Amino acid sequence: MKKRFSVLMVALLIMTALSGCAGGTGESSEDKSSTGTSAAESNATDAPNAEPTYGGSVVVGIQQDIDSLDPHKATAAGTKEILFNIFEGLVKVDPNGNLMNAVADGYSISEDGLVYTFTLREGVKFHNGNAVTTEDVKYSLERVSGILDGTALISTLSADKGGITSVDILDDKTVQVTVGSANLELIYSFTAAIIPAGSGEDANAQPVGTGPFSFVSYKPQEGIVVAKNAEYWQEGLPYLDEVEFKIVNSPDTALMDLQGGSIDVYPYLTDSQATELEGTFQVLAAPSNVVQALFLNNADETLSNAKVRQAICYALDKDSVNEFVYGGNASMVSSAMLPTLQDYYVDLNEVYGNAANIEMAKQLLTEAGYPNGVDLEIQVPSNYEVHMQTAEVIAEQLKAANINAVIVPVEWGTWLEEVYNGRKYQATISGITCDQTPGYLLNRFQAESSKNFINYNNAAYDETYLKAAASLDLAEKANYYKELQNMLVEDAGTAFIAAPPITVAVKPELAGYTFYPIYVQDMSVVYYTQQ
Amino acid sequence: MRYFLKKIFTLIMTLFIVSVAAFLAFQIIPGDVVGSILGTEATPEREAQLREELGLNDPPVVRYVNWMTDVLKGDLGESYRYSKSMNEMMPVDELIGDKLPVTLWLAALSLVIIVVVSIPLGVFWAKSRNRFVDAFMSVLTQTTMAVPAFFLGILVTYLFGMVFKWFVPGGYVSYEEDFGGFLKYLIFPAVSIAMPKIAMTARFLRNSMLTEMHSDYVRTARSKGCTDRQIMYGHVLRNALMPVVTFLGMIIAEIVAGSIVVEQVFGLPGIGRLLISSISTRDLPVVQILVMYITAVVIIVYFLVDILYRVIDPRISHK
Amino acid sequence: MQKKEQQKGKVNSVPHKLVKWLKNGNPYLWIGLFMTGVAVGLAVLGIFWTPYSTTEMSAAERFVGPSLKHLFGTDNFGRDIFSRVMEGAGITILISSLVVLFSGTLGILIGAVTGYMGGVVDELVMRVTDAVNGFPSILLALVMISIMGSGNQNLILSLGIVFTPSFVRIVRSEFIRLRDADYISRARLMGVGRLRILFVHILPNIFSTFWVSVMIGFNNGILAESGMSYLGIGVQPPEASLGKMLSDAQGYLMKAPWYALAPGLTIVWIVLGFSLLSEGIRRKS
Repeated sequence: MKKRFSVLMVALLIMTALSGCAGGTGESSEDKSSTGTSAAESNATDAPNAEPTYGGSVVVGIQQDIDSLDPHKATAAGTKEILFNIFEGLVKVDPNGNLMNAVADGYSISEDGLVYTFTLREGVKFHNGNAVTTEDVKYSLERVSGILDGTALISTLSADKGGITSVDILDDKTVQVTVGSANLELIYSFTAAIIPAGSGEDANAQPVGTGPFSFVSYKPQEGIVVAKNAEYWQEGLPYLDEVEFKIVNSPDTALMDLQGGSIDVYPYLTDSQATELEGTFQVLAAPSNVVQALFLNNADETLSNAKVRQAICYALDKDSVNEFVYGGNASMVSSAMLPTLQDYYVDLNEVYGNAANIEMAKQLLTEAGYPNGVDLEIQVPSNYEVHMQTAEVIAEQLKAANINAVIVPVEWGTWLEEVYNGRKYQATISGITCDQTPGYLLNRFQAESSKNFINYNNAAYDETYLKAAASLDLAEKANYYKELQNMLVEDAGTAFIAAPPITVAVKPELAGYTFYPIYVQDMSVVYYTQQ
Repeated sequence: MRYFLKKIFTLIMTLFIVSVAAFLAFQIIPGDVVGSILGTEATPEREAQLREELGLNDPPVVRYVNWMTDVLKGDLGESYRYSKSMNEMMPVDELIGDKLPVTLWLAALSLVIIVVVSIPLGVFWAKSRNRFVDAFMSVLTQTTMAVPAFFLGILVTYLFGMVFKWFVPGGYVSYEEDFGGFLKYLIFPAVSIAMPKIAMTARFLRNSMLTEMHSDYVRTARSKGCTDRQIMYGHVLRNALMPVVTFLGMIIAEIVAGSIVVEQVFGLPGIGRLLISSISTRDLPVVQILVMYITAVVIIVYFLVDILYRVIDPRISHK
Repeated sequence: MQKKEQQKGKVNSVPHKLVKWLKNGNPYLWIGLFMTGVAVGLAVLGIFWTPYSTTEMSAAERFVGPSLKHLFGTDNFGRDIFSRVMEGAGITILISSLVVLFSGTLGILIGAVTGYMGGVVDELVMRVTDAVNGFPSILLALVMISIMGSGNQNLILSLGIVFTPSFVRIVRSEFIRLRDADYISRARLMGVGRLRILFVHILPNIFSTFWVSVMIGFNNGILAESGMSYLGIGVQPPEASLGKMLSDAQGYLMKAPWYALAPGLTIVWIVLGFSLLSEGIRRKS
């Protein structure tokens, strides 16, 4: 009985909840795949002999230096997207956002959702040649959950947050994991990298994982080089012999690097760069997993008045942000959910409208007691070109509604301390990333959340969120999530703007580039076409 | 001897002031390395753990003294930000040692270009009696000096990189991989640095030569029957070059400091870019050593120039 | 015959005059005056009026090449580059002037006192000056801007501090040279007060030397401001700045080369005009 339930559960999870950021089942996933395949098809038509070939090397341009070579300690999205090629968890995310088995070849979850049983895949080897054992799995899971030394490296798996409480080796192929509380979304956290037992404490350890590529070298400010893992468990992958992730000088010069041939793939094109490359490069686009917003500090004296916040929402002309910054390729949003997460998303754009409603904005400001308008200081992390450009466009729009916006560009380090952690700001433009699960976008707006940097405070919201988290029924969960989005919009908790597109340049000789609903660069499926 | 001791004392004092200033600055500016490393995913536990790992829990004075003691012992510490392996951070000396050749070669190449071009140019200019040549050179050098290094860099990238395709923008090759390719890539940044300095040096040399030509010894030499050629190369140029040497010394110091911007334009992983990114990631150990290093280079170059000047021209007394 | 000669004379007269002027007159002064005049004139005008709004965006007019309508073309937001260059030049010139004013004044005060007094104070000030000189100015500026927040006044303050040492050096060496001059010793013997000696007897005599360094300082100020803005730590958007425009334009070099050329050449124009002007003044005196 228990087993049957868990199988059912797994099937359900895979079909719906796990499709997570991909946009779940149904239309959206079709949408997504159509973006992907149409690009692939066009490759095929461009190069008639698009037969995959083995070998060759590729240089991928990246924007940020990596923050750690330790897969458990790396937090920057820019690092995780690279380490995806080197490390794997028991499960890993596939291009549709579903989970597939990786180091494990199967698992079951107990009826009460508290016990996970993983069976290891036969013949998976680390890059150092050793086979993966249950000891390695136990070590890795205990390390990330904090059982090993008291500090959890991945907070969702932390014992005191309902994560892993014990890891038991049942036999040499089976590991049983007990967790503190049932949570439908927890299985995603088992994508945490499996590393050789003890390697986390070995001072000279080079990064060793089970992924399609093995680590070769890293040079600060230059980049990281990985080589083909010939013994990768997925038959036929990877195609390329070597991939270099090279740090580009600045987003501005990336274009020159592409045109000059010093990089082959660049995944962060701006709209105008994309139009400039058309014809010479394959330009592929897909929805990203980021929600960009003009975040408003609800604890600020002026902005604590909901009417002022609503006025700002009305005054925004999101359509023209889309036009200027994203070349019309972004999807506009009004709340903290990605439109691609179809099952959870509710379209609330008509509440404030995507065009500016200056009359309404002025009227609300007058009602709020500011007939002559208000001043607004917008802090923008200056290393993000997109946010800087959005800020320039928005500041100009707000003027029309007597909202005198000043842009204060700040360094990323300062932004983190002053704005994100210190919450000493009025407004800021930034993005929040959907890290695998839809709940991740919404949980930060609970009053007590350490990530609630807008100081949103709504008791009804917190209550509903807890209900959503505890729910073991997907439809019910989705309804709660929709309710939460509604609350955020009604209160104008923050002025959400858009879910920007990801635009990637790939040189014409390459094919197979695949978008993921999470932020990764899977180079194992990229290959040179036969010319 | 007293002179040397005094200079060395000065150097040490200055370095001390600079290191204290850099340390203080990092205590004051917002944002710390823990925030920079953990980003938006920070949890209080991870923060505490990292703070402990990096030894940030000691009071600032203790940290400074510890750091200073280590430096005096020859241990420059480890970067907060850059990894060497999975669990080990990059030692600062290794990090800087890796980036330094880029900047040094850039500076050396620039200097070679400056000397090779500016001296013949200056001599030609000083010798020329043609008013149009004079006017042309004057306008040309004035204009060149007015171009900011980064704009020149952009122009060079556009013209030689994108229109003529003589080099691949961003196609930097590591000196360890292919030294020839490395130097080839450095030529264009070096030209961008050198151009305004060539103009300055040529002007300087020309003025210096004109002054020498009007001095008494030239008249004496001429009355003794020396040819113009002998006078020009035997006397005038030699004397006129002396101040130029000092001038070049100052230019070296400027190149080292000025390479920050040019490295940014051309995407060279030198110490200038390392400094900028280390400041923004609050990587104090790296910044402190780099700042002291750059300051030391500047001061030592000035110092060497001073000594050279005394050697060349013994008229300057050791006061 | 006569007519022909007259004609010949007429034809020759204009170039002849030009050659004569180039030879005997002071072309540096006049060309410099012209260039500086145009730059400052347009910059001042830019404070009150620009052909187009410097911030208003237009989706339809993005990346329009230079034309009569938009002299320098438009940028990625469809803004008129000429108007933005006018505004940016004004800000750059203003900042640079204030930087020179600030550091020049500070330089005179510190240089006068230390140069005249000598001793321990002098030694200490010189060490600090050395340190500031060796300290990368960008780091210093970044630190100050991080402490005080970005903004034009902080930019002026930090550049001012970076520039002060060079003024201190010049003023100090002049004061050292003059403090032992006969007329100063005599004034001292006559019981003239210290302050009076410093600022009435010595100061006016160093102006010719000081003036040259002010001129150089002004140009360095322009280059430094645009360099800082280029690196993103100078003047902040939406306010136009020549350096920031250049760094934005770098991404569109192939598509819109005029976007980079306009602010870049404007910087060259201002700096060149001013150095010609100072060269002219130097030659005249």
